Amino acid sequence: MIPIPTVHPTRWLAASLIGLGLSSPAIAQEDPIKVGILHSLSGTMAISESTLKDTLLMLIERQNAEGGLLGRQIEPVVVDPASDWPLFAEKARELLAQEEVDVIFGNWTSVSRKSVLPVVEELNGLLFYPVQYEGEESSENVFYTGAAPNQQAIPAVDYLMNEVGAERWVLAGTDYVYPRTTNKILEAYLKAHGVADEDIMVNYTPFGHSDWQNIVSDIKRFGSQGKKTAVVSTINGDANVPFYRELGNQGIDAADIPVVAFSVGEQELSGIDTAPLVGHLAAWNYFMSVDTDANYDFIDSWIEYTGDEMAVTNDPMEAHYLGFTMWKEAVRKAGTTDVDAVKDAIIGVSVPNLSGGHAAMMPNHHITKPVLIGEIQDNGQFSIVWETPSTVAGDAWSDYLPGSRDLISDWRAPLECGNYNVVEGRCGGGASEDVATAE
Amino acid sequence: MLASRSWLSRPLHERSTRLFLGALIAALAVVTLLNLALPAGHPLHVSTYTVTLLGKYLCYALLAVAVDLVWGYLGILSLGHGAFFALGGYAMGMYLMRQIGDRGVYGHPVLPDFMVFLDWQSLPWYWHGFDMAWFAFLMVLLAPGLLALVFGFLAFRSRVTGVYLSIITQALTFALMLAFFRNEMGFGGNNGLTDFKELLGVDLTTDATRLGLFLATGVALALGYVLCRAIVASKLGRVCVATRDAEARTRFLGYRVERFQLFVFVVSAMLAGVAGALYVPQVGIINPGEFSPIFSIEIVLWVALGGRGTLYGAVIGALIVNYAKTVFTGVMPDAWLFALGGLFVLVTVLLPKGIAGLLGYRRPRRPPDSSTTPREAST
Amino acid sequence: MRMIRSLVQGLLCLVVVALAAPAAVAAPDDDGQALLEALDTRSYADKGEAIEALVASGDERTRRWLDALLDGKLQRHQDTGRFVVVLENRGRQWPVADALSGERLGEMSRRELDRIGINNALRGQLHSTLAVLDLRVDDVRARREAARELLGNVEAAMLAPLQQRVADEADGEVRRLLEQAIAIHRLGQGDAAAVEGLAGSLNPEARAALRAAARSDDVALAEAASGALAGIEQKLKLNRGVETLYFGLSLGSVLVLAAIGLAITFGVMGVINMAHGELMMLGAYTAWGMQQLLPGQPGLALILSIPAGFLVAALAGIAIERSVIQFLKGRPLETLLATFGVSLILQQLVRTLISPLNRSVVSPEWMSGSLMINEGLSLTLNRLFVLGFALLVFAGLMLVMRRTRLGLEVRAVTQSRAMARAMGIRATRVDILTFALGSGVAGLAGVALSQLTNVGPNLGQNYIIDSFMVVVFGGVGNLWGTLVAGLSLGVINQVLEPWAGAVLAKILVLVFIILFIQKRPRGLFPQKGRAAEG
Repeated sequence: MIPIPTVHPTRWLAASLIGLGLSSPAIAQEDPIKVGILHSLSGTMAISESTLKDTLLMLIERQNAEGGLLGRQIEPVVVDPASDWPLFAEKARELLAQEEVDVIFGNWTSVSRKSVLPVVEELNGLLFYPVQYEGEESSENVFYTGAAPNQQAIPAVDYLMNEVGAERWVLAGTDYVYPRTTNKILEAYLKAHGVADEDIMVNYTPFGHSDWQNIVSDIKRFGSQGKKTAVVSTINGDANVPFYRELGNQGIDAADIPVVAFSVGEQELSGIDTAPLVGHLAAWNYFMSVDTDANYDFIDSWIEYTGDEMAVTNDPMEAHYLGFTMWKEAVRKAGTTDVDAVKDAIIGVSVPNLSGGHAAMMPNHHITKPVLIGEIQDNGQFSIVWETPSTVAGDAWSDYLPGSRDLISDWRAPLECGNYNVVEGRCGGGASEDVATAE
Repeated sequence: MLASRSWLSRPLHERSTRLFLGALIAALAVVTLLNLALPAGHPLHVSTYTVTLLGKYLCYALLAVAVDLVWGYLGILSLGHGAFFALGGYAMGMYLMRQIGDRGVYGHPVLPDFMVFLDWQSLPWYWHGFDMAWFAFLMVLLAPGLLALVFGFLAFRSRVTGVYLSIITQALTFALMLAFFRNEMGFGGNNGLTDFKELLGVDLTTDATRLGLFLATGVALALGYVLCRAIVASKLGRVCVATRDAEARTRFLGYRVERFQLFVFVVSAMLAGVAGALYVPQVGIINPGEFSPIFSIEIVLWVALGGRGTLYGAVIGALIVNYAKTVFTGVMPDAWLFALGGLFVLVTVLLPKGIAGLLGYRRPRRPPDSSTTPREAST
Repeated sequence: MRMIRSLVQGLLCLVVVALAAPAAVAAPDDDGQALLEALDTRSYADKGEAIEALVASGDERTRRWLDALLDGKLQRHQDTGRFVVVLENRGRQWPVADALSGERLGEMSRRELDRIGINNALRGQLHSTLAVLDLRVDDVRARREAARELLGNVEAAMLAPLQQRVADEADGEVRRLLEQAIAIHRLGQGDAAAVEGLAGSLNPEARAALRAAARSDDVALAEAASGALAGIEQKLKLNRGVETLYFGLSLGSVLVLAAIGLAITFGVMGVINMAHGELMMLGAYTAWGMQQLLPGQPGLALILSIPAGFLVAALAGIAIERSVIQFLKGRPLETLLATFGVSLILQQLVRTLISPLNRSVVSPEWMSGSLMINEGLSLTLNRLFVLGFALLVFAGLMLVMRRTRLGLEVRAVTQSRAMARAMGIRATRVDILTFALGSGVAGLAGVALSQLTNVGPNLGQNYIIDSFMVVVFGGVGNLWGTLVAGLSLGVINQVLEPWAGAVLAKILVLVFIILFIQKRPRGLFPQKGRAAEG
C-alpha cells in the first residue's frame, strides 16, 4: 500500500501566507518551476486540445494560489504546435532545450506523441500524455494517464456482449493507428469469444469524413440479419457529427443498433444536437455526470475559471488533473523537480480521482482507472449505466496481438525495461516467433 | 572547381550569385563556429536546438528555390510541390526505418514496428532495397522525378495551363495525401515513419550529426542554387522565360515548349525531393501531412514573400516565414495565425515584387502579372 | 421477458381503467410517493418491476412520470427524498417541479439531485409500452407510429389485445402494420404460416425475422422463409440502386452549393478566393447565431438565417474585395495568396471570438428523420432539403445572371472589361456586386451545411479543395458546368464507395479529374470566345 502524502503543517502555513499575498521575498525570488504545455491551439486539433491547455493553466493557478510547489511558484510555458506533427517535435525540443521546462503536459493524437517521443527520450524530459490511445508503447520518459485499450475498448465490448447481448459487430473507425490497433485487438478478442468472421464488419474512413450515407446504410443492412448488432466506433473528432446525424436521420435507434464510441465525450457532444442520439453509448474512465463531491468541486472551479456557465469537463481533462496531481506528489516526495528523481518517485504514487476512487501510477507508466459506460442523454451528458467493480490497471502491451503478447513493461530498478520479452527473457522486444519467422 | 567554360560554372561569375553564396557560406561558418567554439552558457552560443532549426529552414529554402524555378521562370504555379518534397522524404524515411533493424520496440529483424503490430507478415515489395543507402538516395531523386515526368508529360502535352494546371497539381498532392493516409499502403499511415536511430551508421541524436546535417543542407542549398541559376542563365532558361511571358509566340518560333517545361519541372521536383530527404532526419518524422495542399500553398507564399523569379528571394522568403512561425507560435500562440495571415495579405498587396523587390536588384526580365500577360490574352 | 409481459398486461389494465373511469380519483400522495420510491433502486430488473407496479396502479400521473423517466428527468432530492421532475437539465441550476403535485419548486443544484437512471433495455421497454398506450389515441399518425414501434417488439401476452385492436382499427395502414407485427412474432415462434403475411415486405424487422427463420432447423419453415426472402431481395436491388443515386445526388448537391459561389468569383471575376470556405463558415455560424437569438424555434431561426447568412457573407465579401482584391486586378494567382491569408485570419477570428469548439446547430423537427418511399427505402429529410435548396439557389443564380441588369453587366465585364467600361458600365461597382453575390452564395451554402456537418472553425477548409475541383472540372466561368460537375462527381463517388471504400473512392475521383483535364484542358464546358484566353 502506498501512503498518500500529507501536507506538512509548516508548508501549509507558508501556503496560506502566500495565499494571503504575504509571500516572503526569499520564496518569490527563487526560480519558478517551469511546466511546458504542448497542445495545439490552432489547426484541426485545436478543437480538442485548447481546453486541455486551459485545464492545466487552471490547475497551475490553483496550485500557485496554494503556495506553489516546494515553495516555488509554477510558471506555465505555453507553445502552439499548430496541429503540425513535425512542429510538435520542434516545439518539444524548444521546451526542453531552450525553455528548460521541468515537465511537459501535452499531445492528443498518436502521431504527435510518436513525433515527440524521440525528442523527449533524447533530452530526458518528462511527458504526461492524457488521451486514450492504442497502447503498444512504454517509454521511460512518458506517463500515459489516458486509457490503454484494456481500460476502455475491451470492457465496453464485454458490456455489449453480456449486458446488451450483441452478436454481430461493426467496427467502424477513422483510418489511423488508434482505430486500426484497437480494432485488431477487438477482432482477436471477439473471435476468442466465438464470434464468427461473417459477424464482424470492419470499416475505415478518412479523417473528417462527412458523407456517411453509404456506410450508415451498410450498417443498417448488416444489422437487419436477425441478430442483435452493435457498432464499436473509433471514429475520430470532427467526423462524428455528420456520422451521428446520419444515424439519427436514417432511423438507427440505440435500442436497435447501439453505437459505443471511444472518442466521443462531453466536449464533442456540446457541438451536436443530441436529441436523436439518446441511448447511444460511450466508454470512458470519467464522465462529467459522475456523482461525487470531488467532481462537482472540479466542475465548479472549471466553470469559474472559464467564466462559462455551460462549460463541460471530459475524460482527458480528468487525465491531466490526475497527471498533474501525481507529478506534484512525486515532486514533493522526491523533494526536487529533477527528472530522474521524479521518474523514480512517481511509480506507486496514488491520488484520489474524480469518480470516488484512487488512481495509482503503475511500474509500466500507465495508471489505474475505473471503466464507465454511459448512455448519451438529451442534454449532452452521459448517464452512467455500468462500471467495472474495481479499477483496471493499464496494459502497455496487448495480450491479443501476436507481436506484443509476450512483452511487459516495468521501469523499476532491477528490470528498467519498457519492452521486456518474458519468453526470451531479454529486454528490447524480441518479436515472438510466429512473427519473426514470417519473412 | 569547375571548368570555366562550363554552363554550370557561369553563374559563379554573376554578382548576385557570388553575393548569395558568400552570405550562405559565411552564415554556415559563423553558426558552426558559435556552436562548437563557445561554451554552452555563453550568450552568443548557438545551441544544437538552433542548429537543427536552422537546418530545417535551409531545407525549406531549397524547396522554395525549386518552386521558384518553375513558378518564377516557367510561369507554372505548382500547388503540389509538397508532394515531391514528401516523396523524397519518404524515400529517406524508408532507408532510416530499415536502418533501425532489430532495435524497434518489438525487436523484429526486418519489419518496422508499425508493420509488426498491424500484423504484416512480410515486407511489401516496394520496401526492398531501401536497406542500401545508395538505392535509397537514388530513389530520393527518382521517385519525385518519375512522378513529375509522368505528370508533366501528360499535362504539358495537352497544354493544360494557368489555373487548371495549378488545380490539378493540387489534386495530385491531395490524392497522394489520402493514399499515404491509408494504412494498407504500408507507409505507416497517419503516424508516418519516425523513431529513427542512425544515418549511414552515424547516431542521429548526437550534436555532431546534427551539425553535419545542417552543413550538408547548406551545401545542398548552395549547389541547388547554382544549378538553378545555371539553368536560368542558359539558353534553355531563356526559352523558359519566353514561354512564361508568351507561350504561344515561343511555340510559333519553333520551340517545343513542352519539352523545356518538362525538363525544368522534373529538375525542380528532384530538388524538392532532395530537400525532403534532408528534412526528414533533422525533424525526425515524415508523415502524410507534408502532402497536404495547404503546405504546398504555404511554399508558394514563401516564394511570393521573398519575390519570385529571383531564386534568392525564395530563400529569403522561406527563412523569414519559418522563423516568424517559430517565434510567433512560442510568443503569441493564440494569435500567430493573425500575424501570419496579415503578413500574407500585406505582402501581396503592398509588395508585389516581394522582399527582393525592395532590395532593388534588377530582375532578369519583367515578371508577368499572371500566367499569361494581358497582351497574350487578347491574341 | 416475464417482466415485459406483466408490464403490458398492467398497461392494458390501465387503459381499461382510464377508459372506464375518465375522471379517475387521484390517489393520495402517499401512494404516489411509494410507487416512485420503488423506482429508486440500483438494479435495473427491480426498476422494471417498479414500472410494472406503477402502470398497474392506474395512477393518472403515470404517463407524465414515464415520460420524465424516459428523458432522465425524474430525479430525487438527496436530503428530503422528494421526487421532482426536472424541467430543464442544462447548466448547474435546474428548474424543477414536484413529481407528485406538479407544483413548481424553483431551481435546484444538480449536486443535490439524484437521477433515476434507465438503460437501453428499459428504454426499449418503455417505448413499446407507451406505444401500446398510443394505439388508442385519435391521431392516425401517432397510431401508425405506435404500430411501427411494435414491429419486432410483440410479446405473447400482447397477442390477444392486439388482435382485438386489429379488428377495431379503422385505418388500413395501422391494421397492416399490426398484422405484420403479429406475423413477425408468430414467425419467431416457428409458425410457418406466418411467412405468407411477411412475403414481399421490405420492412427490415420483417426481413430480420425471415432471416432468423431461414436459419431454423425446421426444414419446411426454413425453405418457406428463404423463398420469401428471395422475392424480397429482388425488390431490394432496385431499392439499392435508387438509394445510391440519391446518395450521389445528395453529395453532389453539397458540392454544387459549395462550388457555385466560387464559380462566380473564380469563373466570372478570375479571383481565386481561398477564403471562400471561410465565407461558408460565416454562413454556418450565422445559422448558429440565429438559433441562439431565437431559442426554442430552430425552424424559424433556420429560415431567417438564409437571408441573414447571405447578408453576413456578402458583407464580409465586400470587405475582402475592398480591402484586398481590388488592389490585385489582373493578377489571379496573387489573389490566391492574399485570400489564403484572409482565410487564416477569419479562422482564427472565429476561434478567438467564439470558440475553437464546434457549435451545435439544431435540426428543426421538419428536417429530422426521413421520408419513407417504401418500407425498405427512405430518403433522409435534411439531405432532401439541401438537395432542393441547392437546385433553388442554382435556379436563382441563373435568373440573376440571365434576366437582370446586374447579370448583363457582369457578363459584359467578363467578356471585355475595357469594352464594357467604354459602354458606360461601372466596372468597379460590378466587381463589388459580383464578389458580394459569390460570397453571399457561399453564406447560403454554409447555412445548408450547418444541417449536415460540424459548425466549427475548420468547416471551410474541408470543402475548399473539393469546390475548386468541381469548378475546374465543370469548366471555369460556366454555371451549368458547375452544376453538372458537382452532381456527377457526387454520383461517381457514391457509386464507387461501396466497392472501393470511402478513401479509395475519393482518390479515384481525384485521379479521374486529373486525367480528364488532360483530355479536356478547359473542363467539361469550356468557355468560348475571347474571354476563354483570360
